[in-house]
Formats: sequence, C-alpha cells, structure tokens
Amino acid sequence: MSPLSAYLLVAALLFSIGLAGALSRRSAIVVLIGIELMLNAANLNFIAFWRYGSNPMALTGVMFALFSIAVAAAEAAVGLSIILAVYRHSRTTDLDQMNSMKG
Amino acid sequence: MTISFLILALIAVAGTGAAMALRNLVHCVLALTVGLVGLAALFLQLGAQFVGFTQILVYIGAVAILAVFAIMMTRSAEQTAHHVLSANWLAGALVAAAVFALLGWAIYYGSPTPRSIPPQPEASVNQIGIALMHRFVLPLEIVGLLLTAALIGAAVLAMDDTTVRESRISEGVVRESKETR
Repeated sequence: MSPLSAYLLVAALLFSIGLAGALSRRSAIVVLIGIELMLNAANLNFIAFWRYGSNPMALTGVMFALFSIAVAAAEAAVGLSIILAVYRHSRTTDLDQMNSMKG
Repeated sequence: MTISFLILALIAVAGTGAAMALRNLVHCVLALTVGLVGLAALFLQLGAQFVGFTQILVYIGAVAILAVFAIMMTRSAEQTAHHVLSANWLAGALVAAAVFALLGWAIYYGSPTPRSIPPQPEASVNQIGIALMHRFVLPLEIVGLLLTAALIGAAVLAMDDTTVRESRISEGVVRESKETR
C-alpha cells in the first residue's frame, strides 16, 4: 500500500467516524463536533494530495487547507451560538426534542 | 508506511472515536482534543508545518474551548447522561459504515501504482506568506470578510435578547418621562 493510500484511508476513517457521530448522537454539540471532524478529514486529504502530488511547489493544497480551517472556525462559532440561542428558547440541546420550527 | 505514521493515525482515530462514543460531553471534548493533536502531528509528518500549527491553534485553542463553553452554558453535561444515542442511530451507523466501505473500496482499487515517492516539498512560512500576498490575496480578503461577518453574527445570535429588550424598554420609559416633563 502506497503512503498516499494509507493517508487517504485514515482520512476516510475519520470522515466515517464524524459522520456516524453526526447522524446518531442526540446532543447538538456532539453533532457539531462530528461535522468538524468531517471537515478535518477533508483537510488531511488536501495535505496528503499536496505532499504526494505532481506539483507540490504551487502550494495549492496547503492554501486550500488553510482556508478550509478558517471557514470551519467560522462555522463552529455560528453553530455554537445557534445552539445557545435554541437552548435559551427551548431549554434543551436534545435533537430528538427539537421537533418544532416555531413555538 | 512507518511506525510513526501508524502511532499518529492510531492516536487520531482513537481520540476521535472516543469523542463520538463517550457519554459525558466534557470527556467527549477532551478526547476530541487528543484526536486533533494526532491529526496535527500527521500534518507535521507530511511536511506542512504551518497548517499543523494552525490546526493546533485554531482547533485546540479556539474550537474545543468554544465547545466546552457551549456545554457549560447549556448545562448539557448532566442532562443527557442516560440517552446519548438518537432514536434512529442504527440507520446513521449503517450509513457511516456504507460510506467508509465505498471510500475504502475506491482508495484500494483506484489508487495509482506506487511510483517513486517525491522528495519532501518545502512549505516554509516565508513561502506561504508570499503566496498569500500575491497569488491568493483575493481569497484571503474574502475569508477575512467571511470571518468578520460570521463572528459578528455569532455574537449577535448568542446575545441574550431579554437584556436587549429590557434596555430598549427602559430607554423608551426614559424618553417618555422626558417628553411628559
């Protein structure tokens, strides 16, 4: 197995772990953490393809990973504040109990 | 595939897996930081020093702390101690397993024949800074604008709206009392 496929396999495993957490946990905060994990797995793919790609001097993979980290940080801030706003309204972070859009 | 890669991948996968499996949410975030340290070490091993240290600064320094704050402010550490899995957790686990099977199949059969491993490319902070200021200056500005808008929006969303309403009401009362005088 080439080193590139080993890194890709680790990234696929991280993505699947994040997806399983995001789909099967009840707490909204853990679901957000799972989404962050999926973004991180994509970052690992960017860096691995940059390292073993054909033109690493262009720095495209590194730049893509940096911008992806910045967007993920913005997403985490907005997501957690939405969770806080919902908690203030309905007094729960349980996703199975958040079943109404209004009221 | 070296021993160090195996150890780091094991740390990353075990940490994130524990973050998704533990019951106590504070333990979840602690396990998440361990997994993210492993992932940052993988970045460092791949030769992307700046991305690795940015990962440590942003994720462990900011996102994990933010998640801990959200857990404490919503008091969800003691609430959801009994039922951590949602009602349709089996479907979620099946979907995740299917996605991993598909990705693993694609990686195993779709990867090209291993040619000679290219030499370690250089990505010093100097080069990254020059690239950010020349070729990627427009995306950099757009990301700056996005971060500003997102953080202001997050602050507005997280602001307690009852205090805002009360301050508006008190301002109105002050204004009315001035008008009656």
